Amino acid sequence: MKRSLSSLLNTWAEVRRGGNTITVFVAVLFILTVLASFSNLMLPVDSAFHVSTYTITLLGKYLCYAMLALAVDVIWGYCGILSLGHGAFFALGGYAMGMYLMRQIGDRGVYGNAGLPDFMVFLNWDSLPWFWLGMDQFWFAMLMVMVVPGLLAFVFGWLAFRSRVTGVYLSIMTQALTYALMLAFFRNEMGFGGNNGMTDFKELLGFSLSADTTRVSLFMITALLLGIAFVCSQLIMKSRLGRVIVAVRDSEARARFLGYRTENYKVWLFVYSALIAAIAGALYVPQVGIINPGEFSPINSIEVVVWVAVGGRGTLYGAAVGAILVSYAKTRFTALVPESWIFMLGALFVIVTIFLPKGLAGLIRGKAGSEDPGSDPGASDSRGSHRSGATPAESRS
Amino acid sequence: MRRVWRSLFAITLGACLVSAVYGQTDVQTDDPAPLVEAAGAESEIQPGPVPEPAPEQPGLDALLLQLTEASLGEAAALIPRLEEQGGREVLPLFSAMLANELVFDPETRLLYVRTEAANAMSVRDVFSGEPAAETLNIDSLQRIRLNNRLRVLLRDGIARISLFEGTDRQREAAALNMLSDLNESNLALLREALADEEDGSVRAMIEVGIAMNLLVMQTTQEQRIQAVEVLRGRLENPVRNLLASLQDPSGRNEQDPLVLEAIDEALESIQTRIKFFRFVEELFYGLSLGSVLLLAAIGLAVTFGVMGVINMAHGEMLMLGAYTTYVVQMLMPNFINYSLWVAIPAAFMVAALVGMLIQRFVIRYLNGRPLETLLATFGISLILQQLVRTIFSPLNRLVVSPDWMSGTWQINPVLSFTNNRLYILIFSLMVFFALLMILKKTSLGLQVRAVSQNRNMAKAMGIRTDWVDAMTFGLGSGIAGIAGVALSQLTNVGPNLGQAYIIDSFMVVVFGGVGNLFGTLVGAFTLGISTKFLEPVTGAVLAKIITLVFIILFIQFRPKGLFPQKGRAAE
Amino acid sequence: MSSRKMVSQLVRKAGVCLLGLTAFSHMVIAQDTIKVGVLHSLSGTMAISETTLKDTVLMMIDEQNKKGGVLGRQLQAVVVDPASDWPLFAEKTRELLSQEKVDVIFGAWTSVSRKSMLPVLEELNGLLFYPVQYEGEESSKNIFYTGAAPNTQAIPAVDYLMNDLGIERWVLAGTDYVYPRTTNRILEAYLKSHGVADADIMINYTPFSHSDWQSIVAEIQRFGNAGKATAVVSTINGDANVPFYRELANQGVSAQDIPVIAFSVGEEELSGIDTRPLVGHMAAWNYFQSVETPENAEFIQKWHSFIGNTNRVTNDPMEATYIGFNMWVKAVEKAGATDVDAVEQAMIGMETPNLTGGIAVMGKNHHISKPVLIGEIQANGQFEVVWETEGLIEGDAWSDFLDGSKDLEADWTAPIRCGNYNTVTGVCSGQSY
Repeated sequence: MKRSLSSLLNTWAEVRRGGNTITVFVAVLFILTVLASFSNLMLPVDSAFHVSTYTITLLGKYLCYAMLALAVDVIWGYCGILSLGHGAFFALGGYAMGMYLMRQIGDRGVYGNAGLPDFMVFLNWDSLPWFWLGMDQFWFAMLMVMVVPGLLAFVFGWLAFRSRVTGVYLSIMTQALTYALMLAFFRNEMGFGGNNGMTDFKELLGFSLSADTTRVSLFMITALLLGIAFVCSQLIMKSRLGRVIVAVRDSEARARFLGYRTENYKVWLFVYSALIAAIAGALYVPQVGIINPGEFSPINSIEVVVWVAVGGRGTLYGAAVGAILVSYAKTRFTALVPESWIFMLGALFVIVTIFLPKGLAGLIRGKAGSEDPGSDPGASDSRGSHRSGATPAESRS
Repeated sequence: MRRVWRSLFAITLGACLVSAVYGQTDVQTDDPAPLVEAAGAESEIQPGPVPEPAPEQPGLDALLLQLTEASLGEAAALIPRLEEQGGREVLPLFSAMLANELVFDPETRLLYVRTEAANAMSVRDVFSGEPAAETLNIDSLQRIRLNNRLRVLLRDGIARISLFEGTDRQREAAALNMLSDLNESNLALLREALADEEDGSVRAMIEVGIAMNLLVMQTTQEQRIQAVEVLRGRLENPVRNLLASLQDPSGRNEQDPLVLEAIDEALESIQTRIKFFRFVEELFYGLSLGSVLLLAAIGLAVTFGVMGVINMAHGEMLMLGAYTTYVVQMLMPNFINYSLWVAIPAAFMVAALVGMLIQRFVIRYLNGRPLETLLATFGISLILQQLVRTIFSPLNRLVVSPDWMSGTWQINPVLSFTNNRLYILIFSLMVFFALLMILKKTSLGLQVRAVSQNRNMAKAMGIRTDWVDAMTFGLGSGIAGIAGVALSQLTNVGPNLGQAYIIDSFMVVVFGGVGNLFGTLVGAFTLGISTKFLEPVTGAVLAKIITLVFIILFIQFRPKGLFPQKGRAAE
Repeated sequence: MSSRKMVSQLVRKAGVCLLGLTAFSHMVIAQDTIKVGVLHSLSGTMAISETTLKDTVLMMIDEQNKKGGVLGRQLQAVVVDPASDWPLFAEKTRELLSQEKVDVIFGAWTSVSRKSMLPVLEELNGLLFYPVQYEGEESSKNIFYTGAAPNTQAIPAVDYLMNDLGIERWVLAGTDYVYPRTTNRILEAYLKSHGVADADIMINYTPFSHSDWQSIVAEIQRFGNAGKATAVVSTINGDANVPFYRELANQGVSAQDIPVIAFSVGEEELSGIDTRPLVGHMAAWNYFQSVETPENAEFIQKWHSFIGNTNRVTNDPMEATYIGFNMWVKAVEKAGATDVDAVEQAMIGMETPNLTGGIAVMGKNHHISKPVLIGEIQANGQFEVVWETEGLIEGDAWSDFLDGSKDLEADWTAPIRCGNYNTVTGVCSGQSY
């Protein structure tokens, strides 16, 4: 007990001492958030420094993406598990929130039916299906935001890691998982609104979603939770637990021989990561105003991986920076040159993986000359490369 | 004899049409041959397609004239009258009209056949087939409009006429067509046809028709039981529907208990046969879906299974193959029937070349880092898709099926295999075994296996591993290109073609066991057949989800797939 | 230490960049032009269909400008790309309305994209012209629906099949999403009200981009072999159509045996299919390229010269865009301003010629009156009109054949001024304008 406490203290000291970029990152995040929020609410619309609600919403969306990228970085960067299905947890969290918002509409839907959401009325449902029960309670919905994706991640991870499904197999399985969920949610019989998903939300906890103050609050909450997720992840990674996790990434067999139940570590980290993704999803939905099965599409999940790769994996802040930069580029370039955006995105994949295995973070650090041994996935990959040609399952990265 | 008469008639008629409107009637009425001939052939109870006696004859021309002015609804009324008046001689008219080639000159109101083949247009007379006079203004010709109702009428009319003429198959089809139309005149027609008929299966079909007619008419119990006996085991739909409706109290309802008993028995024998054929049919669908999966996955089995490279751009290799087919067809528009034979090697070359480029310029640098390879090749897949979108537009491209690939192989009325599916099934097996031979019997295959088992040792033995890598990747991609040619015959040729197959192909390879070609074969057909047997029960969407979930769970329990690689190479 | 500096710099720069760009977009908005937002996907899966509509709007704007613009002001197109991503439709709508300050938006194709835009349009009081046939069950103050509702497409088509072709047995086949689900429910209720038995209706749903149609086509064939005239009413969407029609052709299902009538297959979709084996299958629309009227000939000629390719086809949503644009121009001129509320009121009752030789009228429910045409597929990839309704049919926002909506009425004129007024309870619910 005493020991763990002191190790925790040590870790905290390390976080502060090690010139830790996370502290800086979180600080910058908060300052920018507060500034943006202030200028949206306080400054007059025609002021040069006024930040429009459009921008606030956009920034809020980016921060949700950053959180999702952080979730992927936690397992990919630190544990070598490449999940191509994290969009599934994000979307499930979003759906739970969407269901709550849908119930909040009450009798203000077009059919004026207080008991059923509009899409159910018009597809002739008689009563609310069982999985919608309780979703009109905020606390219950928030519980579901965590429980459903968490449980899915636990079951999937438990099965997969126990039977030692690793590497590429695992990636393909996660992709199949999100693909199967997408197909399932597209079905109208499922009772989640089919292709149209859920939209036309009115209010959250009694606050109108179209009010500027609500939007700014959501944005600030997102920033706050992102910050918390950062600090938590950092604490985990700097702790003993984190070291085991990195050891699992670098050589799972060796870690196992040393007596660690590696699958347990992996399962819990996977669940933790899924929870972050789910919370990001839940924050995303009220800000963009719609949730539909498109969020499950495998390509979305792969895009998240690219954010992390661009920003630099195994650094936490790199993932967030990557997410924001790439999303911002997407917003701009699809407006300027819609045809060539896909070319750029494709080229980004290739260039980053070949020339920037450590992403932008690696680029910066490489120049600055400081190396952090705890987060150096690129090097470990190349070391292990000689044997791995034959069996992809054995390679780690 | 008939043919002689027809051409004689046609020539004279054609001449008249060109010269003047009046002349026509004279020649027609003056020509006694058809009347004699027709009267000889038909029995007196014939209200059907008998050319009526001479005084009625001018009606045909009047009708033809009306046809040029008729609306779609009026034309529908004209068709039976034309058949009544003109009898067998309207066959070329009906055929031309059904083919949407019938035109008329708005000035003279004369009818012609306009055919367009290979950019050349020819205008001929309807009845004689003679080229139209050069003075005719081709551009002013107007088409006789057509809709589905007219097509049905024309088709039925042609069927009645070809019961006496045409090939064995045509006569059989004509008799089959008449099964759904039970009346006295058809009965008489069938009886008459039976007297002349020599071919066995056509006779059987006609007998079925007669039996069905007898069954619904006021006949004796014995006659009806006999008729049911004829119908026992026949799979034709009208037979089944008739029997079912006779059984049904609210339908035609047969009263006689003995006859009813016979009907019950006959129906049961039919249902048992149908059940069996339904099973065969579903099995075939499963095999066919399996063959598509096999084609899509087999290239991946080489690059992923043998080389251990995750190629997310694999789907785009399929797409390139399909687009190559499109380009080949563009280049040889007059030889569509042979285009696939050109497209297969071309697609192989194109896809193999692109594959080798990808290997040389990207994958080589990521050797041994499968997850990075996955990302980089995903980027390449995006680029290739967008490239195709830029070059060929995002719209789906039109790839024509050669004649020999379309149509069905009709085994019996309830079981038929579509030719394209059948050929693709055979083709997929051919590709599979060819690949197996390459890997097992050639020196390239030996080197590929050596490199995949132990790269360093192979290198030490003097194998140029770099070169082998490139060749293997080219081979896998090239095969995907060939698969793309096959897919172009089944589905959209568009930029998203590859995306539709990539997840399925990975599933097949992982399910079958990486590094094992036979595993891929078994995996593909297992998934194909199980999906197809699930589909009728659960619907297409759920069948797909169930299959996916099944594979996910299966991999948890057998992480190496159905046929895991054994030995040291696997560890 | 230096690493900390670098990172913080980077982050700060990114932040400044974001803020800066927003400030930038606030700058000068030209006073003397009217801004027209064009919100069609130019990339992603829907780009196939929507790019054409973007070009149509640009062509219309170009032409209007040549005529001297509207109210003496030139029109300026603001084109953005929502990339077939539904949440992006909401975001881009907000961008167009609050950043670009456009006066009107032409856009959207799928229902889900419109549903995504709707809350933003109502919040910021924007104006959208939606040019595609859809399932109905909606009427917003801020949206004008210039495509067909089910009663201006599906129901007349079924009438034709029932009365003219004597169809007694029905296959309702569709892709599993809202439009087919709703349309099929409406049709089912409609058919049953005309005495069609349950056993004579088969309903089948398939996923998006379904490619293996063997069993379904075989099932349709079996269903159609029961001795009654059978037709397939297809609401199959986009990509799935090519393999579907190919399978029909290969299994030898001809239009004479089991005709297929499609509500989502137009000239553009046919351009990727070999139509020779499909001659006689049908589609129901409010417009076909083959319609011979002077207006249509002129429109096609303009389209070809604008796009620089005489092989490009025209289709129904293009006509809907054409009508919508012309109506908006007239409404702005009538209102004398681009103010949304004024234009909205001016739009109601507005008349403008359509391309098939009639006059389109905008109803009080923001839906349009249209003729319904049935076309048969020809070997050259065009349709031949074989039937059309006598006169125009008024689009109906709320179907009379659905339990939930038969009591609802949309009326945007005083005194009701509501998109979903319940005629029984007299309540107007769910409005957020």
